[in-house]
Amino acid sequence: MKLGFTPAQERFRTEAAAWLSTQLDDHYSKLRGVTSLTAQPELRREWEQALGRARWSAVGWPAEYGGRDATLAEQVIFAEEYARAQAPARLGHLGVELIGPTILQFGTDAQKRRFLPPIAAGEEYWCQGYSEPNAGSDLSNVRTRARLAQGPNGDEWIIDGQKTWTSLAQFADWVFLVCRTAVGSKGRDGLSFLLVPMQQPGVTLHPIRQMTGDIEFNELFFDGARTAAENIVGAPGEGWKIAMALLNFERGVSTLAQQMSFRGELERLCALAARNGAARDPLIRQRLAQAHIGLRIMRYSALRMLTNAESAQLGRAAFTYKIFWATWHRKLGELAMDIQGPAGEIAEAAPYRFNELTNLYLYTRADTIYGGTNQIQRNLIAERALGLPKEPRGR
Amino acid sequence: MQFAFTEEQELIRDTARRFCDQHGSPERVRMAVESSHGYDQATWRAIGEEMGWCGIALPEGVGGSGLGAVELAILCEQMGRVLLPSPFFATACLAAPAIALAGSPAQQQALLPDIAAGRTRATLALSNSQGDPGLAGIGARLARVTGALRLTGEAGFVIHADAANLLVVAVRAEGSLGSDGVSLLVVAPDQKGVTIEPLVMMDRTRPMSRVHFDSVEVPREAVLGEVESAGPALAKALSRAQAALAAEQLGGAEAALEITTEYAKARMQFDRPIGSFQAVKHRLADMMVMTEAARSAAYYAACAVDELPAELDEAAAIAGSWCSDTYTNCAGNMIQLHGGVGFTWDHVAHLYFKRARASAMLLGSPAWLREQIAQRLSLGPAQAAT
Repeated sequence: MKLGFTPAQERFRTEAAAWLSTQLDDHYSKLRGVTSLTAQPELRREWEQALGRARWSAVGWPAEYGGRDATLAEQVIFAEEYARAQAPARLGHLGVELIGPTILQFGTDAQKRRFLPPIAAGEEYWCQGYSEPNAGSDLSNVRTRARLAQGPNGDEWIIDGQKTWTSLAQFADWVFLVCRTAVGSKGRDGLSFLLVPMQQPGVTLHPIRQMTGDIEFNELFFDGARTAAENIVGAPGEGWKIAMALLNFERGVSTLAQQMSFRGELERLCALAARNGAARDPLIRQRLAQAHIGLRIMRYSALRMLTNAESAQLGRAAFTYKIFWATWHRKLGELAMDIQGPAGEIAEAAPYRFNELTNLYLYTRADTIYGGTNQIQRNLIAERALGLPKEPRGR
Repeated sequence: MQFAFTEEQELIRDTARRFCDQHGSPERVRMAVESSHGYDQATWRAIGEEMGWCGIALPEGVGGSGLGAVELAILCEQMGRVLLPSPFFATACLAAPAIALAGSPAQQQALLPDIAAGRTRATLALSNSQGDPGLAGIGARLARVTGALRLTGEAGFVIHADAANLLVVAVRAEGSLGSDGVSLLVVAPDQKGVTIEPLVMMDRTRPMSRVHFDSVEVPREAVLGEVESAGPALAKALSRAQAALAAEQLGGAEAALEITTEYAKARMQFDRPIGSFQAVKHRLADMMVMTEAARSAAYYAACAVDELPAELDEAAAIAGSWCSDTYTNCAGNMIQLHGGVGFTWDHVAHLYFKRARASAMLLGSPAWLREQIAQRLSLGPAQAAT
């Protein structure tokens, strides 16, 4: 076992840290510490483009598509420095972290050439069309359908249906879509993975307000929406496989960056507890220590997963990662309110703006729901890692 | 950056696993527990002399293998899986680090080769008879009486003292606090004034004794290093011991999960395996979440011993608290999910349950370890007791 980084890797770290701090001290200083995905969209777009020009947007991608061919260790290092610098949450994260790697792994050369460079350059943005009103935990129940037809510019997919919980659709140029293409098929069979342009008459958006007061996600309605026939990743009928592979990328390098921002949250919470005297309470001290322990363990586990990811040997730790961090984060939100006391409930600005720690309390209720609820995670752990019997379906 | 076993480490794990499956079968563990010192002599000879495992983390210069804390953790994990009774932990994980860190080079050269070769059965006498944790809980006292050093008082919860031929005794000068005034002594159990009082403990797989010191004469050369200077070395040794213990606890927790999962697949009620019920499935899933985290924590702490000294104290406290909680949780759930049979003497579940409790309290409870961590978080002082 070897836990340290090499001198070359440390030089990479210094270079990344220097670039980030220069940018964030100067033109982009208003973006420092911005965790909300919807705040300051114009400046955020500029930031994505600045990252792209300096080749820091998608460091792990091949250089020909706008990346740096960074090794896994270098990707980890960049993610750590990004979070350490309190660089803003990535407007382009769906493109850079999800659909980009998916196209790299499963896409045609033409698709790679068409879609990857604009993602890395911060010029095209993506959203995710997975969940539907009747297909949440049971994603295979999707009903949005697509059929091939002849169009004025060649063969096209015509899409009808509805998606929900689509984050950042209001900023997206493209949506990646799981939909049913084999007529009469049920469940996981007969699904396809399409890439669909957002700006067209057949696609309409309906924003959904969250309990936090923000509008981060949307319903998407497809009514005769169109995309060129070649905008399919994998073959027709392979949609489930591609959709699941994309979800695996969620467990990648960004996990380490996430911990750095969690670290910032915990540090600010500890500072408040020390300031307002809550930290004299032994139970609060125990919970803060436990939060610190959980965060450290997340880091250790992520190092394990990343090591094994390189050797293509994804162990059991990968099954537990999501439920662990989501539950940790939710508990942190509760602790944040206990430490603040009732004062945390007072809005700090009109119409319904709260401080960072109170926002944590509200936002983290979603952490144990999206990306696979805690209940689904436990089913997956029990069935796939422990080999226990699968849940019966209804008849 | 490589946080996974090397091929050599995997080999050590596989060898240890086979050894422990053979020597630590449920029948052999029960027989060992019933024997006079609570462990099987042939097994101990195999561990100490044939396999040379007590020296795995000791330098080659004293006859050890020159490997490290990760290899030691691998052995502890496998032994913990089967609750293998033996003085291994006491000798290699408690006493040896104390000697290696506090002893002078000459003392190390005098004491460690016999440990590495399996000839010494050693243990550490640390806490008072209440079992108070850390250096603050040191039970015995060292005083200068008419020019000679005298050891008095008692140490509680000394593991395998009744089988030891070497005691490493932590002492402090009367009135000293914290890291100050602490010495480590090597004492023969049959020395005049030393009385070993074996206790009947809830966990019969790891015998403990109270050791009484009645004005025991301590020659100068029996003090490891300098008098009253061993505080920092002892603290480091305890962090190392904590890391090894965490690995042992990990092994026990994994065994509890494995045994219970197999039971859940086999046991039929209501015409289906009980493991097909979500309440059972989800509880096992939660056990796996904890044990995977425990694995990360225990091996990071072991790596910290070998590679990251600045992180050792924190990593050890993290591993200790998390692995203790994981083991007690998993062992408790093993009883629960086995239903009535989980409550019987004949089933193994209670052995794990009791070992989990005893090891959680051996080097500082989870709550105490968390408070040690809290003290490093710049939280200001805790509320003084009124």
